[in-house]
Amino acid sequence: MLPLLIVTAAAVVVMLAISIKRSHLLAVWLTLVGLAAAFFSLWIVAPLTPIQVTPLLIVDGYALFYMGLILAATFVTVILAYGYLENQSGYREELYVLILVAALGSVVLVASSHFVSFFLGLEVLSVALYAMSAYLCARKPPLEAGLKYLVLAAASAAFLLFGMALVYAQLGTMQFGQIAAMLSGGACYSKALLLPGIALIITGIGFKLAVVPFHMWTPDVYEGAPAPVTAFIATVSKGAMVALLLRYFYETGMQHLGSVFLVFSIIAIASMIAGNLLALFQNNVKRILAYSSIAHLGYVLVAFLAGGTRAAEAVTFYLVAYFITTLGAFGVVSVLSNGERDADVLDDYRGLFWRRPVLAGIFTLMLLSLAGIPLTAGFVGKFFLVAAGASSALWGLIFTLIVTSVIGLFYYLRILVALYAPPAETGEAAPAGGLPALSRGGSYVLAALSVLLVWVGVYPAPILDAVQRAVSTLRLF
Amino acid sequence: MILVWLIVILLVAGVLAGFAGRVNTLWPRVISLVAVSIDFVLSLILWSENSSRVQLFPQRKWIEQVDWTWIPRFGIHFHLAMDGLSLLLIVLTFLLGIMSVLISWKEIQKGVGFFHFNLMWILAGILGVFLAVDLFLFYFAWELMLVPMYFLIAIWGHERRIYAAVKFFLFTQLSGLLMLIAILTLYFTHHRETGVYSFEYKDLLGTVLTPHTAMLVMLGFFVAFAVKLPMFPFHTWLPDAHTEAPTAGSVILAGLLLKTGAYGMLRFVVPLFPDAAHAFAPVAMTLAVIGIVYGAVLAFGQTDLKRLVAYTSVSHLGFVLLGIFAWNELALQGALIGMIAHGISTGALFMLVGGLQERTHTREMDRLKGLWATVPVMSGTMLFFALASIGLPGLGDFVGEFLTLLGTYRVSIGLTLVAAIGILISTLYALKVIQRALHGPNTHEWSIPDLGARELLIMIPMMLILLWLGLYPQPVLRTFEPAMHKLQEYAKPHPVLTLNPSVRALSYNGRLPEIKGK
Repeated sequence: MLPLLIVTAAAVVVMLAISIKRSHLLAVWLTLVGLAAAFFSLWIVAPLTPIQVTPLLIVDGYALFYMGLILAATFVTVILAYGYLENQSGYREELYVLILVAALGSVVLVASSHFVSFFLGLEVLSVALYAMSAYLCARKPPLEAGLKYLVLAAASAAFLLFGMALVYAQLGTMQFGQIAAMLSGGACYSKALLLPGIALIITGIGFKLAVVPFHMWTPDVYEGAPAPVTAFIATVSKGAMVALLLRYFYETGMQHLGSVFLVFSIIAIASMIAGNLLALFQNNVKRILAYSSIAHLGYVLVAFLAGGTRAAEAVTFYLVAYFITTLGAFGVVSVLSNGERDADVLDDYRGLFWRRPVLAGIFTLMLLSLAGIPLTAGFVGKFFLVAAGASSALWGLIFTLIVTSVIGLFYYLRILVALYAPPAETGEAAPAGGLPALSRGGSYVLAALSVLLVWVGVYPAPILDAVQRAVSTLRLF
Repeated sequence: MILVWLIVILLVAGVLAGFAGRVNTLWPRVISLVAVSIDFVLSLILWSENSSRVQLFPQRKWIEQVDWTWIPRFGIHFHLAMDGLSLLLIVLTFLLGIMSVLISWKEIQKGVGFFHFNLMWILAGILGVFLAVDLFLFYFAWELMLVPMYFLIAIWGHERRIYAAVKFFLFTQLSGLLMLIAILTLYFTHHRETGVYSFEYKDLLGTVLTPHTAMLVMLGFFVAFAVKLPMFPFHTWLPDAHTEAPTAGSVILAGLLLKTGAYGMLRFVVPLFPDAAHAFAPVAMTLAVIGIVYGAVLAFGQTDLKRLVAYTSVSHLGFVLLGIFAWNELALQGALIGMIAHGISTGALFMLVGGLQERTHTREMDRLKGLWATVPVMSGTMLFFALASIGLPGLGDFVGEFLTLLGTYRVSIGLTLVAAIGILISTLYALKVIQRALHGPNTHEWSIPDLGARELLIMIPMMLILLWLGLYPQPVLRTFEPAMHKLQEYAKPHPVLTLNPSVRALSYNGRLPEIKGK
């Protein structure tokens, strides 16, 4: 419980601090300290696990692992946001309150073992995200993104709620553990209500994961939201949902229901195909990354469907790799953005290598990791996903994964080509007075992320051990 | 341990060269040259130490090996090992590596540091491919060498470099992923049989697969290697990549990257799936022969000098594939000598064409003409390597093709006949090069410098090596011999599998395999 309380307290403290004295730096420091304290409190809590905190929350090794992941990612987002907002005019401090609230929602999600905490966590996360997407309200795209996200997320939340109600009406319980017991205990229930209920819940989850056919919002929101916020949506919000998905379905054993399996297979295949194909036609780096994230969640679902401990490990490991990579990629975007607009058009990156070799190198690493090329975390992650799929002989899904990831390679290469295009072709002379300085915090974070990326890609054993220990506490159905 | 050093030296040199590129353009070249030369000397020492020592592969001994646990959860080891086959290819790798650094001395003037970083890392990746005996590590190295190669083509290539680089990357990546599925299937089958998770080459060698599965898995590997080789229907990336790459890139592509495909066939396809490979051999050999003739005919039809040389690779590597799948001692020896000789003769041709392009800024044969009078040494050298490439007796390629044909003759007379016709056509394209580009009146009034000291330093050793391979190939064959005997042993139809069904059922640990769809 301690980490949750610390995050909550941090949000309150930051809010109060803003009301006393407006200082960007102070807000950032308070936020970072709060996040770090919450992160380290995980080790204090660890010996006590697993504990059931009220019927709503379960704090076990699995929850702690994901909390750590979320808190670390939030930490990175905050640093990126600081560098990003320094260039912006207007009030900046409230964003950190929102980030903390969103992190709180995510942390609740990964620990939830009950429909109520599921919904609570989701809403806390979503409401904070509406405001975060539209934070730079002087510009048009963020407003549009925020509004789109608000309408669609609210609708999907309604679906989710209705689905929960249907399941509850049928089984009479909202606790994951009891649902599992009833499903396996052969209690008489009618599928006529249960299946629509599950389907509606999948809709709600699918929306947050942005898998096809619930992906419509993704490119617009990714493009419109400020780059650090996009990073947050792409990692923390999706990661928390995947954690919940694993717990919910693995603990209740619902994915063994034939129709649920079929639905997820279709979603996975459609996401991989649509995500990768649509990304081919984009010229906006944020949109490309948006579509690629749709595809990546499709890959994750392949391992999710494989079932079993190793699959859960593969999914979790892949998420770690995906977090590092996505934060890095959006980090580059956010570091390059200026006060007027985000650096999101492909032309912003043309010839970057000849201007800023290190930054281009980092971006290259991130793209290669997304494409699953060796020496990067993405390679190991994808390898585990394919291995998980192969161990359960899901050949159709695996072949889709392979073929679509080659298509995916094509648009990553497009960005790479732009990065390394000779400076002469850009048509503009290098600015005489040198290049604008990059934010220092952002640069350090990016460097750290690249080191981490390569380290996990070359020597994944320690992370894999941690993942294995975390997943072992999951009560598999 | 020395195997790790060989790789580490290259990786470190690559990084150093990358940073040195910020200071000036000389340091990256010097660092790379020194690093590859050290590795070359080390590999020669390894060779001289082991050429006399009889290596018995069957006694579970490699010449050198390193085995570290890497990812225990999946039974993945960092396991490098070397036998005669890898030793020879490594020596070739470093030799061509030195030549690539030297040949880029003048050609590459932009982003020198990053260029040499890529060059060193490609060589390291290739080394990893030749040394890895853990299949995960092999796949790792296999994919790793693509990225720097992509950059080499995409940044320092010629006019259509982006198209060529992307095509190259996509072809090899897709086929590589098919191999990944094949590796994983093998891995999980092995686990089902023994309860042990292992990617180790020797563990997986004994894996018993149902014929149906074995064929599919074998094809997964085969396609990956066939694309690299390149075999006839999968060769379309090659002319583009070779033509557009900078000279060093073409040399490494032709000399080394194609060889990784042949190496994979020798090391993995046939030993891991002897029965499936045996059943598939007629198809592979037919495709190989088609490649020989088709490559030669297309080469004859080119007007772009570099593209012409690229197509000859398709033809020559067809011989290598033919030799591998004919699978008898003669043919295998032929394939091996062919691989090495092709690496040198085609590498040299690419360097000469690159040299011509540097001087005349064109690769079109019609625009060259009459160069003999102005650059006699260069033209003579070109004649030498062109003749080597068509298999002039006394030079390395001849030995390779001759042995391959002899070996194939025992298996199929028809295929041998067609392959021999391929040699005939190769004479045509070689003559065309000499006649169109070098002979005739100097109508364009070219007046260009002849080969310089640096270029002679590259060309003369390569000529000597080709002569040596052509006149006295025995040392090379001897190094390869123990490894080859073992390979041949694997490739023999498994007596247990073919003769005695009851024993075969036992080898599944009493469980009968699932045969789907039958």
